[in-house]
Amino acid sequence: MNAPAYNFAYLDEQTKRMIRRAILKAIAIPGYQVPFASREMPMPYGWGTGGVQVTAAILGPDDTLKVIDQGSDDTTNAISIRKFFEKTAGVATTTTTSEATVIQTRHRIPEAPLQEHQVLVYQVPIPEPLRFLEPRETETRRMHALAEYGLMHVKLYEDIAHHGHIATSYAYPVKVNARYVMDPSPTPKFDNPKMDDCPALQLFGAGREKRIYAVPPHTTVVSLDFEDHPFERYRHEAPCALCGATDSYLDEVVIDDRGGRMFVCSDTDHCETRRADGHRGVQPEALA
Amino acid sequence: MQSVQEASSIGAAVIAAQSTFRRVMDATARPGSIEVIPEIAGAPAPLSQAAAAIALTLFDHDTPVWMDAPLASSEAVAAWLRFNTGCPIVADQAQCTFALVADASAAPPFESFALGTPDYPDRSTTLILQAATLTGGPELVLSGPGIRGTASLRVGGLPEDFVMQHAANRALFPRGVDLLLVADNHVAALPRTTIVTRA
Repeated sequence: MNAPAYNFAYLDEQTKRMIRRAILKAIAIPGYQVPFASREMPMPYGWGTGGVQVTAAILGPDDTLKVIDQGSDDTTNAISIRKFFEKTAGVATTTTTSEATVIQTRHRIPEAPLQEHQVLVYQVPIPEPLRFLEPRETETRRMHALAEYGLMHVKLYEDIAHHGHIATSYAYPVKVNARYVMDPSPTPKFDNPKMDDCPALQLFGAGREKRIYAVPPHTTVVSLDFEDHPFERYRHEAPCALCGATDSYLDEVVIDDRGGRMFVCSDTDHCETRRADGHRGVQPEALA
Repeated sequence: MQSVQEASSIGAAVIAAQSTFRRVMDATARPGSIEVIPEIAGAPAPLSQAAAAIALTLFDHDTPVWMDAPLASSEAVAAWLRFNTGCPIVADQAQCTFALVADASAAPPFESFALGTPDYPDRSTTLILQAATLTGGPELVLSGPGIRGTASLRVGGLPEDFVMQHAANRALFPRGVDLLLVADNHVAALPRTTIVTRA
């Protein structure tokens, strides 16, 4: 008898049941943070333990998993998590957004439009959007219960008072289904509009903070703003140096010690797909 | 002492639970969609196959379960649930995490179950209602989160005042119960956010 060393997808069945029940309640109350009994995982907090536990609870043998970290399939975090599930669940993995059924992400939403059959799992460091305004959990919980979100508007107003515009550029607060204010995780605000009326189910897991929340498909997600200072997306005003894209979110890469820099797509799959289709930027050989 | 049938071997149970959960998750995320639950053997009547599969997937020692009279009067159902899930069976509707209702048309009023609190609206009952049909009943029109435009569901065997009860439940948001409707090996969901009207 050669029993496998792990249960399918690492977590034991009792833990999966507990997480699955939390996921169902999270979907039923869009944007509300459901407490769950987060487990220790074989990776440190901050490396996506919340996302990994959500993925482990939903993943099946027929799934195809994609993992991205800041848009990239090729960073240590993304590769490690992909290998973790290859080893413990034996699932197929991919870097191609359109081929994936489950996409675990750290800090980006893919550029390619998501589809009905896909699930996007976010790794979340601080799930409570009000935490830096009010440190007491009892108080933030009550503020959510009463939909008392004036403090968040004060914060955005202070941005305008200090900077002349809303300077919050990531983890930009949203209101889900006209009720709960939610932290979209530290995605750039460029990605916020992709969450609204998204065909895919979006699940959020915060391991250290022990919270799961969700946005069902085709649900309204509105970025908070003011009539005279409406929400604006932000991207560097440049085409991608590799593929020439003018509509994708860009990373700024310093390339020498004389102030040289280039802008490249943050979503590596999007950039590679465009280059394979023949699109070229001004420095297509920069990575060669 | 009667013997109780084990639902499935451990290895198969892991995959069956995952598969059943994903169908229930898809149904909850997309109210109105009808998902097919993998078949299981040995569920004692009047527990339906889909309700039994959901029980195996979501019930354990942390989830007090309440049952309606047709189920509660069956010693075989209680023994099967205790043996296969370890769930406590309770008589108080307001204390249960899950409610199993064999006769959906005679379901107790939704407000008699756990509704959650304003601070913890997730601490509410999920009702598993065994309906006569999910496709051959009077048409319900659904809208809300998870639904692109509107969806329709033809559930047979719901209480007369179901639409009114569900509207009252929705008005409690973020508190409220969530419903899983099952018939044979099919499941559909009506979470508390769904707006339900008669066609």
